[in-house]
Amino acid sequence: MHELALAESVLQMIDDAAQANGFHRVRKIVLEIGQLAAVDPAAMRFCFDAVVRETVADGAVLEIEEIPGVGWCADCAAVVPMDDFVAACPQCGRFAVQSRSGRELRLKTLEVE
Amino acid sequence: MCTTCGCGSGDIPLDRHKDDVEHEHAHIGADGVVYRHVHRHHHHGPEVAHRHDAEPAVSREVRIERDILAKNDSFAAANRLGFEQEGVLALNLVSSPGSGKTSLLVRTIEALQGKTSVAVIEGDQQTSLDAERIRATGVAAVQVNTGKGCHLDAQMVQRALAEQTPTPDSLLFIENVGNLVCPAAFDLGEAAKVVILSVTEGEDKPLKYPDMFRAARLMLINKCDLLPYVPFDVQRVIENARRINPAIEILQLSALTGAGVAEWLEWLERELGAVKARRADSVDALKRRVKDLEVQLQAQHTFPANEPHDL
Repeated sequence: MHELALAESVLQMIDDAAQANGFHRVRKIVLEIGQLAAVDPAAMRFCFDAVVRETVADGAVLEIEEIPGVGWCADCAAVVPMDDFVAACPQCGRFAVQSRSGRELRLKTLEVE
Repeated sequence: MCTTCGCGSGDIPLDRHKDDVEHEHAHIGADGVVYRHVHRHHHHGPEVAHRHDAEPAVSREVRIERDILAKNDSFAAANRLGFEQEGVLALNLVSSPGSGKTSLLVRTIEALQGKTSVAVIEGDQQTSLDAERIRATGVAAVQVNTGKGCHLDAQMVQRALAEQTPTPDSLLFIENVGNLVCPAAFDLGEAAKVVILSVTEGEDKPLKYPDMFRAARLMLINKCDLLPYVPFDVQRVIENARRINPAIEILQLSALTGAGVAEWLEWLERELGAVKARRADSVDALKRRVKDLEVQLQAQHTFPANEPHDL
């Protein structure tokens, strides 16, 4: 459940942005969460709803863009889809797949007023 | 108070204008139209105001494009720089609850007594029981209670370091909260994560909690004295760990009997040696740089480069 700490980090970033950009309400938040980032989008939503209550982001829509995992096999050099860190390379069957993308955990944009 | 609608300016009796109490009042819009309505609201500071549909606010997009963990990572980078400058080998010990982290620490501290300076940061949700166990060995320990939190973060470690600064050329063990999930995501500034797995757990732990085994540099298989009594296949756990992390180093030991602890101490000595060597290199590099600058300064004094020469 480190999603709670992550949701608090997002709120902190929103507060910082509110100071810097002078907005008083957030309508929409766009997060980028990679499939390999060890973050469960449903848990993130749950925690987010809890932490934003009575803040500038109260009632904001949380949009989560999930980034698929992509790996590179150190054995056969193939670029392959990567659902998790356990899976074998679909090309050669060995377990030398290294992640190339899918570990993203970013606050992209805010729609504010 | 609610600045947009003017609540709190005296026109609403105070008892009705408390948090969540319904009341009626009027607004005058920019177009001169008077809006009269009944509402209730939460009070939370001047910047948060309610809005009327008749007065649509203009929305805009603010691009942030920052890692959610950026703040933690900046604290971690500061911690790491401090460790490198002081030649401190900081290790982040992670495991499930009950794998024997604290027992292993006590055994390690006893073995290093008189040889290497050791400090400990203990992370637990509640109590200072673990720090007390460490202090009983004579080593300084700071207890961090995470409260509702399930992991240590880099800022907590920074605060603990302010309380107790490790001596140069020493070992710092950061015993994380017993949890194989969350601590994987939070860099504390450590040189390496060391994951401890005891033989009373399953061989499939590396597959079930891949993030942690992927993040760790070293896996310690603890409680090996119990191997004759438990159905635990050491080879299988090693295979599973290497499936997740082909480069992971693995040692087998028993904190209780001391078997295999010598190899663990060798690993620590090697890593601490590397940290000290890097520090010596950077100090040497700094000394060379100061010498170069002194030579340049000397040269400038002898032959002022900026003064025009007579031809």
